[in-house]
Amino acid sequence: MRSTTYGRGLRSLSLLTVLFIAAALVMVFFYAPLDAEQGFVQKIFYIHVPLAIVSLCGFVFGGLMAIGYLRTGDRAWDMRSYVAIHMALIFGIGGLISGSIWAKASWGHWWVWNEPTLVSFLIVILLFCTYQPLRFSIEDPERQARYASVFAITCGAFVPLNFIAVSQATQFVHPRVLTLTGAHLPPAMGVTFLVSMIGITLLYATLWKYEMAAKNARSQLRRLRRTLLGEDLDRPYGRSAAPL
Amino acid sequence: MSTAWAVLRKDLRLELRSAETLPAMVLFAVVTIVIFHFALNRDTIQGQEAAGVFVIALLFASMLGINRLFVAEREQGGFDGFLLAPVDRGAMLLAKASALYLFLVVLEVIAVPAFKLFLLQPGLGRPLPGLIAVLALTNLALSVIGTLVSGIAVHTRARDLIGPMIGLPLLVPALIASARAAGPILQATHAPAAPPLRWVGTLALYDLVFALLAYAVFDFLLEE
Repeated sequence: MRSTTYGRGLRSLSLLTVLFIAAALVMVFFYAPLDAEQGFVQKIFYIHVPLAIVSLCGFVFGGLMAIGYLRTGDRAWDMRSYVAIHMALIFGIGGLISGSIWAKASWGHWWVWNEPTLVSFLIVILLFCTYQPLRFSIEDPERQARYASVFAITCGAFVPLNFIAVSQATQFVHPRVLTLTGAHLPPAMGVTFLVSMIGITLLYATLWKYEMAAKNARSQLRRLRRTLLGEDLDRPYGRSAAPL
Repeated sequence: MSTAWAVLRKDLRLELRSAETLPAMVLFAVVTIVIFHFALNRDTIQGQEAAGVFVIALLFASMLGINRLFVAEREQGGFDGFLLAPVDRGAMLLAKASALYLFLVVLEVIAVPAFKLFLLQPGLGRPLPGLIAVLALTNLALSVIGTLVSGIAVHTRARDLIGPMIGLPLLVPALIASARAAGPILQATHAPAAPPLRWVGTLALYDLVFALLAYAVFDFLLEE
């Protein structure tokens, strides 16, 4: 792997993230008005919706990075794709749990099937849960990167398609707050949502950059250790799901 | 095109002589239908329930075929031979998807009457044209996605596990559309003759997108 410094700009990005998340939390609790129907529990919306949106965008982002790998054959792209999907999966599970809590509080059930957004989200998460086992079961690193890229592209395209198919299947009970005609929110809620959306997006970007830097540093360290010990640089490191 | 035809002919001849995959698929589908009789504790079913049971039997049986699709190529050097030949890589996708499609057609020719015999309440005459249309599109989804997934899974260590694990979630939208399209025409009374257009359209769109997608990425699965 090339010795790019992924740590560059990480500090300012982290500070910006902390700033936005803090601002979002303050706005959620002190600025945004209480929802007339649902009351306090509606505030989970400001965490749940951004988590879900960022996670889905993260999956698509991982697919786009994978196109980069198939075009160039540069393993750095595979690493970007891997980290993007890994992070998106964590965000997605966060979104699923927060959504479940919200559903219990406002609809009275932990899980409802007549809700297309929830169901399609679950299918996407189930699909991407197979990403790591797939990687782990291919030993050759080059083949692993290639197959994982094919998977990432296919499933990245699957994300929007799946939402179309499932939303046809069921009626809407999810609050349609964001539609193509614009956000149906009072201004104070809209601004709060925007700030937390930016905050969560920045959090994703920071964590992505962080993990890239960490993986990169580890790979450089291993390389140095091998050079010092006089070992063969190209010998595989043993099986791993992560591209190293 | 002639390459795809050659590979397809090879696959069909292999299946005719060794009968390795297709009988297992057919048997599996029929046994699944029989198990549903006991699991649901019903003598006859109709409508959405019938469509769901049949789609599940079809899905499970197709998983057997998907798992076996590339095994012979891998074990007996078919991949190496194909890669050495100066031919378009997409031909492999076309040939394997067509083979799987034909397997599914044969499977249905046996499984649909068996389903009628064991479980289905309404007669087959009226819904048959609609059912054929829905199954033709369902087979396309199963064979295209199945071939892609099989191509990914065949080089992994746990290919029998990885195949269904990736395949099932990818096929969920197609199965939703297929079951919903077949549901109304399998009603015992007041059944419309044609399947709902909305679901047939969704299924066709899904087929089209995945066919293009599979064609775009399949080459990378064959490189050495």
